[in-house]
Amino acid sequence: MHEELLEQILASYKGEKEELVPILQEVQENFGYLPEKTMLEIARFIGVPESHVYSVASFYAQFRLLPLGRKRVAVCRGTACHIRGAPQILNTIEQTIGLKEGETSEDLEYTLETVACIGCCALAPCVRINKEVSGEMNPGKAEKIFITNGNGSHDDN
Amino acid sequence: MTIKQTVLVCQGTGCVSGGSEQAFSLLKDEIQNSGHDEDILVKRTGCHGFCQQGPLIAIEPEGIFYTKVKMDDMPEIIQSLLPGGKALERLFYRDPATDKHIPYYHEISFYKKQERTILRYCGSIDPEDINDYLEIGGYKALRKAISEMTPEGVISEVKSSGLRGLGGAGFPTGRKWGSCRNAPGDVKYVICNADEGDPGAFQDRSVMEGNPHSVIEGMIIAAYAISAQKGFIYARAEYPLAVSRLKIAIEQARQEGFLGDNILASDFSFDLEIFQGAGAFVCGESTALVRSIEGKRGMPKVMPRPRTTEEGLWNKPTLLNNAKTFANIPLIINNGSEWFAQRGSEKSKGTAVFSLTGKVVNCGLIEVPLGAALRKIIYDIGGGVPGGKALKAVQTGGPSGGCLPADMLDMSVDFDSLIRAGSIMGSGGLVVMDEDTCMVDVARYFLDFNQRESCGQCIPCRLGTRQMFEILDDITKGEGRPGDIDLLFELSESIKRSSICGLGKTAPNPVLTTLRYFRDEYEAHIHEKRCPAGVCNIG
Repeated sequence: MHEELLEQILASYKGEKEELVPILQEVQENFGYLPEKTMLEIARFIGVPESHVYSVASFYAQFRLLPLGRKRVAVCRGTACHIRGAPQILNTIEQTIGLKEGETSEDLEYTLETVACIGCCALAPCVRINKEVSGEMNPGKAEKIFITNGNGSHDDN
Repeated sequence: MTIKQTVLVCQGTGCVSGGSEQAFSLLKDEIQNSGHDEDILVKRTGCHGFCQQGPLIAIEPEGIFYTKVKMDDMPEIIQSLLPGGKALERLFYRDPATDKHIPYYHEISFYKKQERTILRYCGSIDPEDINDYLEIGGYKALRKAISEMTPEGVISEVKSSGLRGLGGAGFPTGRKWGSCRNAPGDVKYVICNADEGDPGAFQDRSVMEGNPHSVIEGMIIAAYAISAQKGFIYARAEYPLAVSRLKIAIEQARQEGFLGDNILASDFSFDLEIFQGAGAFVCGESTALVRSIEGKRGMPKVMPRPRTTEEGLWNKPTLLNNAKTFANIPLIINNGSEWFAQRGSEKSKGTAVFSLTGKVVNCGLIEVPLGAALRKIIYDIGGGVPGGKALKAVQTGGPSGGCLPADMLDMSVDFDSLIRAGSIMGSGGLVVMDEDTCMVDVARYFLDFNQRESCGQCIPCRLGTRQMFEILDDITKGEGRPGDIDLLFELSESIKRSSICGLGKTAPNPVLTTLRYFRDEYEAHIHEKRCPAGVCNIG
């Protein structure tokens, strides 16, 4: 099934070297990360050494070489968030879900990461879970999100 | 029937995170169900700027302004719009200084003290509808440039406006355009840098989300001026909303004949593509950005090298400007360079857009003439520091900039004054810090960022920033040594002198400015093992 999906993705590209970053982005969007096999296929498809694909994939912050959890938790470490307490938010979340920055839980429920800036600085500090941003965090609020989350759906408001 | 009221629902990233998308859909449906959709128009807009008070709704023509709107407020808002309804006082902005409710946005000092030109229509037009942009005179400048002006004429207009690149370095835009036009070769490119990798800055994102056509129109005019056939908007993948609005805008511009072959029936052809940056701060550097579009690691080229205007994307002459720089172009072409040059200081013309954040009462996106005093930005617009705390510092320029102390508040904010003070203008982040902020921790924070983002190509930056970070980390843990300050100066000097690109050359700035203005805090950490702001965990 993976092969088919990859084939479908590659079908919309011409196979040129400069398509590497967009291809990696689309593959990651579909697979959740960049499985080694797909990187080998991509190298063949655009006619570059496998090492080149790996060097590009490992250079940019966006790319993941390991599977991600279903809930991707990103704590913003932008400047505004930092001075308004992002380190404490990260700490709280680390303790609540039992993961350190960069780790994924064994059951693939959560991945905890930090991002350079979400761009929601006026609502600092911010946390993003998958595509949803929650602003004006404090440790108590952060803890609550994960306790609610663990029992079911994420409260939007 | 004619429209009597327009309800503008902010759909910037900040307000969306507060649920404004659902609010918009509900309002639209309910107004339609009530049968009043012929005289009440519900419109989706980009960022209104006052993100901290979001989700925001403005009602025109009066300018009624609702803040912190929740889904529970919707039934009452709908009632208030219908005949006989009254405005909802409880949703008005409450002025923290006077504790009074202010019904209209134009009476709120956050808005009153600004001069919004680039941002003028962010928040009043629907960014996903080209007709809204056309109604406010959109693409008129393009028409004027193509039908009444020569490419050289466009460049000379931009030159005499005095516009400088708003990406941070402040290079004169017209001169850059001129050298790209004069560079030999038939194939040329225009690139919009909308990577905005600075943590604590969101002004480019807001312009693209709020008025994407203004950036696109500016790019098309630039392409006409330098004779480029193809352009790219390099936008961060972390900004999905901006990317999707730009995609819609490009498609609409194509359909209207502003992009593609024979634009406006002339022999000028140009098309645009979006390239999503995969997350690397160093890609703000032109040569790194170009390599990234070419499908390579985004590592800057080593000096000496030709300028990007001569040898850029695929070794062809390439014009690279920031999104806000492009957004200024239609204004200059429409109103003339003299109009533009009225605003700003002697050597920095026009306006600047800042993301005003941190320990300040009114956080959000603001626009002021270049040369405005820091005091005006922080106190008149920002409303000062919350909680009766004392202002300690203002950080500009992100990880390449510096922290300016409270006694420099009367300094004018323009490219040259900031450089003299040891900081830079940067892309427009302005982070306010109060007495509870530890300046050594801030320096450590930025050096951590810089050492993570160093591309690793040259040793001074790769190892030097790492060393600086480790020294700062030790100091904040109470493990600082007496010679550390001298060592930080020495490392800063060699990193600045020998790094190959702007990231390395400016990486020590956060440390240098905090040492210059807040040396006593470093000394307290090192000698007394004490953090005066009470941030660092010492002992």
